[in-house]
Amino acid sequence: MRIDCKHVWEHISAYIENDVDPQLRAEIDRHLETCEICSAVLDSTRNVVILMADDRVFELPAGYSERLHARIDRELEKPREDGTPQH
Amino acid sequence: MTAPNSEFEADCIRRILAGEKHLFHDLIRPCERSIYFLLYSLLKNEAEAEDVAQETVIKVYQNLDKFRGDSQFRTWVLSIARNEGLGRLRKITNRREDSLDAETDEQTGDYTPAILTSWREIPAEALEQKELGSLLRKAIEGLPEIYRNVVLLRDIEELDIRESAAVLGISEASVKVRLHRARALLQRNLAPQLKGFAPVKRRWFGGHA
Repeated sequence: MRIDCKHVWEHISAYIENDVDPQLRAEIDRHLETCEICSAVLDSTRNVVILMADDRVFELPAGYSERLHARIDRELEKPREDGTPQH
Repeated sequence: MTAPNSEFEADCIRRILAGEKHLFHDLIRPCERSIYFLLYSLLKNEAEAEDVAQETVIKVYQNLDKFRGDSQFRTWVLSIARNEGLGRLRKITNRREDSLDAETDEQTGDYTPAILTSWREIPAEALEQKELGSLLRKAIEGLPEIYRNVVLLRDIEELDIRESAAVLGISEASVKVRLHRARALLQRNLAPQLKGFAPVKRRWFGGHA
């Protein structure tokens, strides 16, 4: 069975996740070999996914961690409120 | 992101509950980035996200004896963060309407991707330029909330599908559908803009100069 471009697009995310069954994967691979457009769509989608995982894209606000741990320190100084026995 | 280590976590929790409270800093540190960005994706406001992140962490500490170990610690923590974030959202009522359409729209996918053949290489070095990061952030922030959350957990904080589903309280199948929709929207939005960033020779996995 030949699959068309639209069919490939429907499975792009799963394909990137390696979450398509081997037969479908083989069909998609065959399609990609000859379809410049789908292979570009796959590459650009994968690029977007890779870029999003880069820590430089989403940076924590300056001082976030310091303020968080200072807040934790203030909490740790208190006795535990729930009164559960320390086991 | 630091890989979760359940043995370290279980040991840490035991010792914290036995009185070594200072270990809580080490226990929560691997989660703190994900907590912030999950909340940021809900609240879209840095100050609110940071404030609720602090409340979340205190809540985690106060409820540590209730963690049963039947999920990953990080999953449990992020579920608490999400609940706290939704609570805050309810208080800020008039801000967020954008998810209403998307909630019912999950299954109807007819997505035409951006068709272009000239953008193949990852412009890794362009990430040093603030501009590229800001394009990506803007695109993600522009997604409807149900897609934004999934992208945040799976693609930005790199939780697996199962963990993402557990944090959001939805099925794994839903995570996959939403992820697919989100990535398709991002590709369509971003590919035409990102191709302007000239790729430099591949050094993605290589050392830094």
